[in-house]
Amino acid sequence: MRVTKSLALAGAGLLLATGLAFAQSSEIRVGAPLEPPALDPTAGAAEAIDVVVYQNVFEGLTRIDQNGAVQPGLASDWTISEDGRTYRFSLHDGVTFHDGTTFDAEDVKFTFERILAEDSVNAQKALYEAISAVTVIDPLTVEFTLSRPDGLFLFNIGRGDAVIVAPESAANNATDPIGTGPFAFVQWDRGSRVILEQYGPYWGEKPALTKATYVFIGDTATMTNALLAGDVDGTYNFAAEALPVFEGNPQFKILVGSTEGETILSTNNAKSPFDKLEVRQAMAHAINRQEIIDGATYGYGVPIGSHFAPHHPYYIDLTNTYPYDLDKARELLAEAGYPDGFSATLKLPPVNYARVSGQIIASEFAKVGIKLELINMEWAQWLEDVFANKDFDLTIISHVEPFDIGIYANPDYYFGYNNPEVQALNETLNATTDEAKRKELAQEMQTIIAKDAVNGFLFELAQTGVWNAKLEGMWQNAPVEGVVLRDVHWVE
Amino acid sequence: MWPDRPNAADLHLPPFGGGREGGTHLVTFYILRRIFGFLVTLLIAAAVIFLLLDLLPGDPARFILGINATPEAVAALRLQMGLNDPAIVRFGNWLFGMLRGDFGLSQTQKLPVAGLIADRMAVTLPLTLVAMVISVVIGLPFGILAARHRGKIVDTALMILAQTGVAIPNFWFGMLLTLLFAVTLRWLPPGGFTPWTEDAWASLRGLVLPSLALALPQAAILARVMRTALVDVSSQDFIRTARAKGMTFGEALWRHGVRNALLPVLTILGLQFAFLIAGTIIVENVFYLPGLGRLIFTAISERDLVLVRSATIILVLVVSFTMLMVDLAYGLVDPRIRERRA
Repeated sequence: MRVTKSLALAGAGLLLATGLAFAQSSEIRVGAPLEPPALDPTAGAAEAIDVVVYQNVFEGLTRIDQNGAVQPGLASDWTISEDGRTYRFSLHDGVTFHDGTTFDAEDVKFTFERILAEDSVNAQKALYEAISAVTVIDPLTVEFTLSRPDGLFLFNIGRGDAVIVAPESAANNATDPIGTGPFAFVQWDRGSRVILEQYGPYWGEKPALTKATYVFIGDTATMTNALLAGDVDGTYNFAAEALPVFEGNPQFKILVGSTEGETILSTNNAKSPFDKLEVRQAMAHAINRQEIIDGATYGYGVPIGSHFAPHHPYYIDLTNTYPYDLDKARELLAEAGYPDGFSATLKLPPVNYARVSGQIIASEFAKVGIKLELINMEWAQWLEDVFANKDFDLTIISHVEPFDIGIYANPDYYFGYNNPEVQALNETLNATTDEAKRKELAQEMQTIIAKDAVNGFLFELAQTGVWNAKLEGMWQNAPVEGVVLRDVHWVE
Repeated sequence: MWPDRPNAADLHLPPFGGGREGGTHLVTFYILRRIFGFLVTLLIAAAVIFLLLDLLPGDPARFILGINATPEAVAALRLQMGLNDPAIVRFGNWLFGMLRGDFGLSQTQKLPVAGLIADRMAVTLPLTLVAMVISVVIGLPFGILAARHRGKIVDTALMILAQTGVAIPNFWFGMLLTLLFAVTLRWLPPGGFTPWTEDAWASLRGLVLPSLALALPQAAILARVMRTALVDVSSQDFIRTARAKGMTFGEALWRHGVRNALLPVLTILGLQFAFLIAGTIIVENVFYLPGLGRLIFTAISERDLVLVRSATIILVLVVSFTMLMVDLAYGLVDPRIRERRA
């Protein structure tokens, strides 16, 4: 009797042990440096929101893949009218939100009307302003009418800002997000972690993971320890200075990929002396790009010569437009009327790449007589002073929006570049849907911007993920903000 | 262990307990005065906090919506957040809200501030208390031991140790602890916090390393204060009297010295409690704990003004309340104060 009992216990113990082993292999703990302030991706710009929910909890009509290409999402396919102004989407059948309500064309209409409403607080509202009407044809068909053709329309509706939400739950998405994605939100221990679990009735292919926990760890040294101690299984973009700890460690792998972050020495073109082309050209000649990349990104950044992502098919290499040449820089400064250089301020937001690049650039510029005063700022202060009030000479910032060359066509944008030629080109580009034509236009814009030395073009930020060596399926690149868990799985 | 307790009155030692008759109304007056000071402190603090935060550069709505937001969207959000009312109206709303127990709604997290703070207190308060207990348990005996062997090798060794403890930054000590106990030995988690309701044992384990990291420098400070206070006391007449009565130096110190040396220690303890409640942010970062310090720090950088000011005023409340308690405790420990101050 006693023997049987202990045997049974042992058996139970064994079951428990294997149960635990199985549980381990379908769960993941992801380290994230920032905690999202809320979880509604349609009402805030914070990347931390998309990191948790994009394509995990929420989905859009289209889906951006890890190479930046547009794939079908909640829309199974679509047709585009001849004039490029009408898009008709067929929606997947049998899709439900995590609260059990059914997804249909009415939700699509609701979502976009909410984005475009007068009191909308969508951070990317401008991207969707070409939409003039959303019409429900039947529960599984919806038609978008645009006021003008929009070459980026399918990409933009696949972003986190345009994920489909339901009228029943949209108001509470900040704290209790309800989407249609493969993972449902379970719990948020503020200051600590967010827990997602696989959504059983998910309409598409089931993900391999059953549970995902995002753990918020702000400090680099602490994240290193958490990775080493196995408390988190990986992090999607880790500080480059900490990577040597993991290089050569067989328990980890480092994924180096591209991002959409053009890092620039942003220059106030509307302000003297930066309104002079020669001054901007002189600064461009005084920038030693490789030194900055080595110093600020530990060699992981990719040099850029204009405002365009090097991995994009439309990219052309313009890094040699103004090669590093101090004599040339001095000459140009003298031509502009500043033979002894000048003084200016460089306002730096609280990110490592900006602070380090700023110091290197200040020492480089000093060699040609440009004396920079470095001013460190908080984000909120930077946004108000530099971005909203345009009260700055120079700043360093990474523009992380995909395909954002259009900012050079906006004379009211903070760096104050006003060139009618670029504005006309951009208008044509937006209205063009033919790929070859678009490429040509985009390259022409890149070239003009590079020649005008609008800003100091430094480097494209890299994404450097550190993951447990037994994990597969993570995104290497970051074409949009997000840590998509759909394909992530453990291998032995 | 100790010889017969001598009668304090016989020895003309300072009285320990119960004051003189007829002092009750004086005591009441003393307490009332303290409480009035406490309320005035709160009001001034509220005004200063509000003013400073209002002067802080950075538009909260712009921060939430980022650099691609249209001006209309920012305007819509400002309206939604109530940022367009005049400052005096917002100040009034805030004060009267608090009087009704309503601390407002966090602008970024869209949740009641009171709940957010209560959640964080569930981490910060136990962390503080455990750290205080550890620092008292280590600090006071070491201080007494050092004072008793004043000038001897034990004293020197202990004070060198304490000096080192004061000099070591707690976050660095915390990282060393993590490296040893979490990364190498894997006995304890490197950080993080499991909610009490989920697994209290795991919660407690998560607090071991951070509270140690917090407690060590505090213990070192306590030890030094305790020693200094005891050394001061030991040259007083009543210790000599006690020695004359036949007590050894150690006995006299223990029976009459320690209690008289408690006042400065009590002051330091009060300050330490206040510091730990509000100042654990760096250690919270090292151990990624969801404590109060990180809540406020994040709220400041995100310009969640409602959360920052309500959380700060609650801290002011806790700290002033602690100070009030310390003041009242002085009176308990030392009746001379009670009477003199009143």
